[in-house]
Amino acid sequence: MARLKDLCKNPELFSSGHRACAGCGEALAVRQILLAAPQPVVGIMPTGCTEIFSSIYPHAAWQIPMIHTAFETTASTASGVVAAYNFHRKMGNIKDDIKFIGFAGDGGTYDIGFQALSGALERRHKFLYVCTDNEGYMNTGIQRSSATPYGAHTTTSPAGEVIPGKTMPRKDLMEIIIAHNPAYAGQTTVAFWNDLVTKVGKALAAEGPSFLNVLVPCPLGWQHPGNLTIEMSRLAADTCFWPIYEWENGKYKINYEPKEKKPVEEFMKPQGRFSHLFKGDAGKTIIAEAQRQIDAQWALLHKRQEAFGA
Amino acid sequence: MILAKTGNEALAYAMKQINPDVVAAYPITPSTEIVQIFAQYVSDGKVDSEFVAVESEHSAMSACIGSAASGCRTMTATASQGLALMHEMLFIAGGLRLPIVVPIASRSLSSPLNIHGDHSDSLASRDSGWMQFFCESVQEGYDTLIQCVKIAERASLPAICAVDGFILSHCMERIETFEDKSVREFLGPYKPNWNLLDYKKPILVGPATMQDYYFEFKRSQIEGMNNALPVIEEVQEEFKQKFGRGYGVIEEYRTDDAEAVVLLMGSACGTMREAVDAMRNQGKKVGMVKLRVFRPLPHKLLKETLAKFKTVAVMDRADAVNSYGGPLFTELTSVLYDAPQRPNVLSYVYGLGGKEFSLADAATVLEQAHAGKKEDLVTYVGVR
Repeated sequence: MARLKDLCKNPELFSSGHRACAGCGEALAVRQILLAAPQPVVGIMPTGCTEIFSSIYPHAAWQIPMIHTAFETTASTASGVVAAYNFHRKMGNIKDDIKFIGFAGDGGTYDIGFQALSGALERRHKFLYVCTDNEGYMNTGIQRSSATPYGAHTTTSPAGEVIPGKTMPRKDLMEIIIAHNPAYAGQTTVAFWNDLVTKVGKALAAEGPSFLNVLVPCPLGWQHPGNLTIEMSRLAADTCFWPIYEWENGKYKINYEPKEKKPVEEFMKPQGRFSHLFKGDAGKTIIAEAQRQIDAQWALLHKRQEAFGA
Repeated sequence: MILAKTGNEALAYAMKQINPDVVAAYPITPSTEIVQIFAQYVSDGKVDSEFVAVESEHSAMSACIGSAASGCRTMTATASQGLALMHEMLFIAGGLRLPIVVPIASRSLSSPLNIHGDHSDSLASRDSGWMQFFCESVQEGYDTLIQCVKIAERASLPAICAVDGFILSHCMERIETFEDKSVREFLGPYKPNWNLLDYKKPILVGPATMQDYYFEFKRSQIEGMNNALPVIEEVQEEFKQKFGRGYGVIEEYRTDDAEAVVLLMGSACGTMREAVDAMRNQGKKVGMVKLRVFRPLPHKLLKETLAKFKTVAVMDRADAVNSYGGPLFTELTSVLYDAPQRPNVLSYVYGLGGKEFSLADAATVLEQAHAGKKEDLVTYVGVR
């Protein structure tokens, strides 16, 4: 259990003055993770929102070493960086214990960087891969990704007269990651800062590749006011739209059980990307289906916890 | 030590002697053996290298970039579709000025699928900011790969060292190798300009740049390539001093009084030498100019060398599918445009997908060069 009193004494490794939108969940996640991570840390990031708002020459928000190569290359570039570190350690050139964290969005993780991530997990490179998941390609102007939820409007899954937004549910990335038998995998969201920093600690202490899937609301893409970011994040967990759980040593653990599981409408309603679902009967069917998916997923997670729990 | 080695074996052996800090690689025909043999060196403890058996060539080059940015002498090996898959990352390695060195067993590009030798792969990467060396023999491949490491590090540019797929990669030759110790002495330790892992002086590698800085970064990279030729010549000389064998950026063969010459790259130079000898025996004044370094393009040297001949036949083992001829032809005609005396330039495309380039084919090209003319703008040698 981290204490804010202690955390706030840590140096800010992600500086103010970066160019993220007001209320950006991704910037919050990066800042919280770096506050919690034992130093020294070296970062790897793909092309995407984080890179653009943190690293436009001649400015940089990073107080840690950071490398950006391309969009699909977080895990593969990290593989090379970690191999180089292992070489330097082996030869006695580096004596310190350096931690490595990749920060990639859902586009760079679920989609274009998926193969590289799978490869890096299989090769057991020791690093933490953080997916800051805002459920779409927000940097290029809000296109759908395989993390975009069912029913959401994006510019490439637009709600139209015939098609009501995205017609497929999101990819269950956590299960795919878990199938790689990582050293640690966790899912959380920025409202749960204590859960997040605890998971960062576990992930970085693990002997091998670790993974965190962090839901980061995007005021621009989700179309909610910037001051509702934490609220959206909390509602995602309270509706069980985004379960907070972890997988450690083959065991599932749900880290947050909402006292009262809220209906998914409460999460959807304040967001413009779901607004088309609240304008008529067709939308009600979609919302009902979204609720069915969430309920099924939540039940399945409990079964997993029961079957493979502590 | 004198050894019998195929091109792939010789390149892998050179890699063992180079003892790179990190190798991240993915197998592809015809360069697969380089990776296999090197992996065995790793498993047998013959090298200190960290070997990363990545899941694609794209990841191979991405990992190489990560490694080279982290202060490691870094290599991979590839060919054809593999180099094509790396294409995006080649530009990033070039832009970051990382001295990654890649032996290539040159191979055609699909479609149709073909695993045999031509220069389509490297030449399709010609604008990616990499130096490119084309080797005539297995011996030259072995020597050049060792040179490439030193050149790349001194010029802060990545380098491709190409031997023709199958024709050299799978052909056994008698080669003279050096002692491991001599190779390592020649190269010295790698001293990177900067190191991502130096966390006490944190740096951002690969920032985004807008209209205000992108061009300046690229201009600096261009200057790096502009300055690479003297570095290559310097290292070639150092190599000659140490090992007694030397190569030029270009090589002239029997050109002293030649009226017509053939300009080409790679293994076909060996065939062309024979054909030149045969023509010379008939009293015809023909010669050959071998281009060993395609990037940086030694344009001044090419102009000085070639402007003195009546005819230059340019032979490309790749076509640019531009309705105008191969990359070497188009670049050479551009080089010769402002020469004081412009030779006739004839364009030939040959040997695509490993199509045999015979002594008779070479003789036909030389005959036409000697005559100083031919009918078609581009002649496709040996196509049925």
